[in-house]
Amino acid sequence: MFRFAINRLLQAIPVLLVVISITFLLVHSAPGGPFSADKAVPPEVLKALEAQYKLDQPLWQQYVGYLNDVLHGDFGPSFKYPGRTVNELIASGLPATAELAFYAMLVALFIGASAGVVAATRPNTLQDYLPMSAAMLGICMPSFLLGPLLVLVFGIHLEWVPVSGWGDSAGDKILPAITLGTGYAAYIARLSRGGMLEVLSQDYIRTARAKGLPESLIIAKHALRGGLIPVIAFIGPAFAGLLGGSFVVETIFQIPGLGRFYVQAAFNRDYTMILGTTIFFATLIIVFNLLSDMLAIWLNPKLRQEARGDH
Amino acid sequence: MDYHSMSGQQSTAKSLPARTFHALCLAALLLVVSGCGGGESNVSLGNRTGTLHWGNGTEPQSLDPHIATGVPEHHIITSLMEGLVLKDSTTLAPIPGVAESWDVSDDGRVYTFHLRQNARWSNGDPHIAQDYVWSWWRALQPALGNLYAYMYYSINNAQEYYEGTITDFDQVGVKALDDYTLQVTLENPTPYFLQLLDHYSLFPVHQATVEKFGTADERGTRWTYEGNIVTNGPFQLLEWQINRRVVVERNPFYWDAENVGLNKIIFYPTENAVSEERMFRSGQLHYTNDVPTDKIPVYRNEGNPSLRVAPYLGSYFYRINTNVPHLQDKRVRRALAMAIDREQITEHILQAGQMPTYALTPPGTMGYYPKSDLTFDPEAAKQLLAEAGYPNGEGFPVTEILYNTNESHRKVAVAIQQMWNKYLNIEIKLLNQEWKVYLDSESAGQYTISRASWIGDYVDPNSFLDLFLCNGGNNRTGWCNAEYDRLILDVAPKMKSHEERLAVFQEAETLLLDAMPMIPIYIYTSKHLMNSSVKNHNGNLLDQTTFKELTLESDSSDSTGGNH
Repeated sequence: MFRFAINRLLQAIPVLLVVISITFLLVHSAPGGPFSADKAVPPEVLKALEAQYKLDQPLWQQYVGYLNDVLHGDFGPSFKYPGRTVNELIASGLPATAELAFYAMLVALFIGASAGVVAATRPNTLQDYLPMSAAMLGICMPSFLLGPLLVLVFGIHLEWVPVSGWGDSAGDKILPAITLGTGYAAYIARLSRGGMLEVLSQDYIRTARAKGLPESLIIAKHALRGGLIPVIAFIGPAFAGLLGGSFVVETIFQIPGLGRFYVQAAFNRDYTMILGTTIFFATLIIVFNLLSDMLAIWLNPKLRQEARGDH
Repeated sequence: MDYHSMSGQQSTAKSLPARTFHALCLAALLLVVSGCGGGESNVSLGNRTGTLHWGNGTEPQSLDPHIATGVPEHHIITSLMEGLVLKDSTTLAPIPGVAESWDVSDDGRVYTFHLRQNARWSNGDPHIAQDYVWSWWRALQPALGNLYAYMYYSINNAQEYYEGTITDFDQVGVKALDDYTLQVTLENPTPYFLQLLDHYSLFPVHQATVEKFGTADERGTRWTYEGNIVTNGPFQLLEWQINRRVVVERNPFYWDAENVGLNKIIFYPTENAVSEERMFRSGQLHYTNDVPTDKIPVYRNEGNPSLRVAPYLGSYFYRINTNVPHLQDKRVRRALAMAIDREQITEHILQAGQMPTYALTPPGTMGYYPKSDLTFDPEAAKQLLAEAGYPNGEGFPVTEILYNTNESHRKVAVAIQQMWNKYLNIEIKLLNQEWKVYLDSESAGQYTISRASWIGDYVDPNSFLDLFLCNGGNNRTGWCNAEYDRLILDVAPKMKSHEERLAVFQEAETLLLDAMPMIPIYIYTSKHLMNSSVKNHNGNLLDQTTFKELTLESDSSDSTGGNH
């Protein structure tokens, strides 16, 4: 397992390098610069600004300088917010985004796994179709529609929860978590249904039933562990996706998260901020994929053997 | 075996959904309970504690008055800092700020300001005339990247110093005669000079604080951060949480502290107008930065008093690239301008009280009401186009309207596309570009016709008309008229009376409208939602708020308006 992890981490280095290089080239070749504004920028000001952010250097020199900074853990100063560093901005946005992603994952797992298991116990009946159609709806329902709908019903009409904010008043984390989690709940429902169906048709389940064990015990004790393996494999990338994909939800609910910075940075042509957040998210995706693969190996004896054999 | 398995499944069918159902009920209950704990809304709590909740648009780029450029920054900075002169919140006439009085020389070029002896910085330091000399020197350092340096250009030698033709700041027209007397010498008598002093680019900064965190001309040091910044205005910075809120509290050292009505203001970065409107409805905000366009008719039909729509000192127009061959003929440009039914656009498309306009400068700018011979006259437009060689639009090249991606710009462009097609029989294509790309295209002259707008920096026709000077960075049309430049740069500043000066502006504007390098379309309105508990908020042409005057009344906290 250790060698497997080291190997994967080593493979991540060229991946990250490619990500950095492509993003660097893309942001620098995008039309419109970080300092273009609707009011004309006097040439002397533009020169001073470009010199300050080293944009007057040849591109390769900027690239090498940037790589060097990144190696030292420094993502540079933000172009848009003078005086703020990208590290500082990421650090300020990460806690809210991570917390949101965590709650959304809980919501997704709770709703998704229960719906999937319920559906799998009676395939091709109403008890299957109902949660699975709901899941399909959940996958199709974009968060920019679901969010405002939930706000309208629970925030404005029923006044149960605040319509926006993050940690400002009690209960303001509920709607964002549900909005962000629902789409993933739908995937998890489908995955856990599939996984459960496969496990439930296995011989050892049949044996358990033959022994006369109550069905609930069979599901909880024997089927769940195997049935949820596809879900576990999904959690890693899903968590990375939740972190990187929370922009819409953050905007709807005014959450001071990283997603908002990420998208705004692109609009602002905040070169260092775009690069910094991209590298940060790329690293997260790599790490979470690795973690979920390791978890899947640990849970599944078959894969454990393969991992040992291959490496 | 089959039978057994079936019965097994049936038993689960009963137990599992039942359990899930219970779990769901529990979750719903938790949701309700935790939600109900929220209690009092921001607005009613704020009304009791004197805390104003203000929707501020975006995260401020900077709180350094010599770096910031946007409206959200403006709100926060004017709550924290103050210039020599303030503006009356209704009439916008100059009223005393840090300077309690001033004298103007007979030739209108020398202003002598008498500063208040009781003015203090928020750390208790005395606030003296030398602060202005140093601050203005700082604002004119090119390395700082101050985009508003041009606001200083009416001061003698300021432009020369900024552009490096003179290097001695002593030659610039600003002098501290003693601790409480500041003398400013202007290049020309500038009737709007006092107004400029209320713009944040001319606000003073606290020298010791700026120098504590870096050199004077270093861009973006940490001096503006919470805990560091020292200011001279009615409020001081308490908290700045990125993308979350900026909180300012009453500054006890402010010279007029006893007349400040609020204890705190919380500024929220509310980029999304739709979310912001929901926050307003649920009592999270006293005041919104904007109102979603489609919500305006709803509020209006209800007669909801929260909706505040007022004329705004901004002009919406189309730039014409006069270097494009078929648009070089001014008859073509005039024909295009005459074939736009502006009433249709403001009444039926925008629906937020915008005013159709036939000139660049908004009417009522310092008593200036531009006259224009432009009208909506499709027949005459057709005639003109025929004279220019395109009878019934024949042979007129396909022409492109460029606009930055935005729903309301798109609607206006589509309407104009149809009008030009209907009245002039010419084919128009639409091209939208993302904001920064659009800016690049426009300033590089890579467009045919482009959507544009201008918001006045100060209430004077000069703020609009100097846009189309030959070498003006904001001209971007390729149009250049020496007589126009002479009127704006040489004649108008030397006029003795206000009326004479306005007459010169009228003359210049007539030249501009005759050549029509830009097609005026409408005058902006400012749109906000304001809770009725906010008192003393006066609307004005610049849409500026004087925060120190505002008060909150707790009785009417719930009148945010009905549900819709």
